[in-house]
Amino acid sequence: MTAEELQALRTRLEETLPDGAILEVQESGALVLRPDALLEAGRLLRDEEGFDYLSNVSGVDWLDQNEFEVVYHLYALRRGERMLSTGQPDGAPLATGPSPENQLSVAASAEAKRVSAEGMLGPVVLKVRVPRDNPVVPSVAGLWSSALFQEREAYDMFGLQFEGHPNLKRIYLWDEFADHPLRKDYVPEEA
Amino acid sequence: MTTETVELERIPGKDVPVEVEDLETEEITVNIGPQHPSTHGVFRMMLRLQGETVVNLEPVLGYLHRCQEKLAEGHTYLQSIPYTDRLDYVCSMTNNHAYVLAAEKLAGIEVPRRAECIRVIMDELTRVMNHTLLVGFLLNDMGAWLTPVQYALREREKILDLFEMASGSRMMCNYMRFGGVAHDLPEEFLPLLHKVLADYPVFLDEYERLLTTNEVLMSRCKYVGILPPDEAIAYGVTGPVLRASGVAYDIRKVDRYSLYGELDFDVPVGTVGDVYDRYVQRVYEARQSLRILEQVTPMLQETPPGEIMGEVPRRFKPDAGDAYGRIESPKGELGFYLISDGSDKPYRWRVRAPSFVNLTPLGEMCRGHKVADIIIIFGSLDVTMAEVDR
Repeated sequence: MTAEELQALRTRLEETLPDGAILEVQESGALVLRPDALLEAGRLLRDEEGFDYLSNVSGVDWLDQNEFEVVYHLYALRRGERMLSTGQPDGAPLATGPSPENQLSVAASAEAKRVSAEGMLGPVVLKVRVPRDNPVVPSVAGLWSSALFQEREAYDMFGLQFEGHPNLKRIYLWDEFADHPLRKDYVPEEA
Repeated sequence: MTTETVELERIPGKDVPVEVEDLETEEITVNIGPQHPSTHGVFRMMLRLQGETVVNLEPVLGYLHRCQEKLAEGHTYLQSIPYTDRLDYVCSMTNNHAYVLAAEKLAGIEVPRRAECIRVIMDELTRVMNHTLLVGFLLNDMGAWLTPVQYALREREKILDLFEMASGSRMMCNYMRFGGVAHDLPEEFLPLLHKVLADYPVFLDEYERLLTTNEVLMSRCKYVGILPPDEAIAYGVTGPVLRASGVAYDIRKVDRYSLYGELDFDVPVGTVGDVYDRYVQRVYEARQSLRILEQVTPMLQETPPGEIMGEVPRRFKPDAGDAYGRIESPKGELGFYLISDGSDKPYRWRVRAPSFVNLTPLGEMCRGHKVADIIIIFGSLDVTMAEVDR
């Protein structure tokens, strides 16, 4: 994603979101958001900017700053698909749908040309920071179902509370386990 | 005795209306696992059943959790490469590639062309091997016990020979390095590769002749476990499963990492998104991978032998910052999110595992199907539990 595209995206987000929702734009292009603005920003990115695919949700423990961070990587999947089939991100959508014959059609690979708007394929990186003693983050599982398991993992590993998650419980460790092992101050039990 | 009546709804987007049982029975909870009837790893499913029909399915994970992310935080960047082999033990080469790609992005390292050629060769061989194996195991799940998978394993051996030749190991290859690959290819590699490339299509044809229009296979797989495209995207499903649902999204085409921008290959897509499409998708993709391999070998021969490493500092200490690198692994989008604090160990080492995210819609896909079908629906997702649990 080029600098201009990022700037354009930032402007559009700033227009809609309340003042001060974007705390910082990092050098890498990541947008640091205020936690209460996350859902609105997510809705905007998904419904109006076409970032329909949430690839990655990862927790980070910044012990020195006494904060947890959640990082989201978003991609515009349908736009990528259109670029692939027509060579243009804004071309007509590929005709798909069930066919009785169940035949596989081969998408024209064409020369998937990289046109100017291509950078909008992503990733858009969103970051949210919350205090370590009250790690409550709004859940984005309602926007992208791919967060369902990944948020559970972040809860398991960091103890992040995803508000609004339909089934927030441990995913890897057993229920009786008390700690959150990917926290930087985690001390493993003596064997 | 309590009898709860459960209305089995028609599942949105599915063509075949789910059979509503006339006879309602008491709903029972059944636990399947933690041994899967086939060999996908240690996995448990909690099923709620109405007769033989699945009302609800909840995957229970974590039996193979081995703290890989935590372990990597305590090791230097380089020391973590062998750990990536063990994520998805079928595809150690692509795991290596995703990790070194992310680390190279983090540190801004250039990779020489010869190394890129070798990487593409290894990736595509892995893809061919993975897809062949998946088809074998899918048949295993269907009840064609061992014979199809035996043929798949036979062909896989030939590719493992190539891996062994290049890296010294058949499965845990630990072959790629930041800035290139560990060793150049030995002289005998290319002749053997050409032989494999010549033989493989014959094998795929034979396999397809046995399976693709096989009546048993078709009746078991068609219209089973349909995943509609929009749902697939929302659930973050990637790789062959997403494409079998009719979404032509391939990271090799979109990101054009490594040499994929220069290579000519098609992206097959399915139309229905059922188990059958996912099966055919694998065969088609394996054929496309062979096509890529045919193109890369001449590219490799044009590059000077020995130039397999870029300029990499002796002590790998990237500046503070973060990077996300992703590739199209045989199972889907494999990404590594690395955060550096300027030291020689990563501050955060996150694996975005395709198998893990692809499991998210399993419950939704199985609802309304018979117990026997969930085994093949799960099989068709191509999940390696080692990668799910990390």
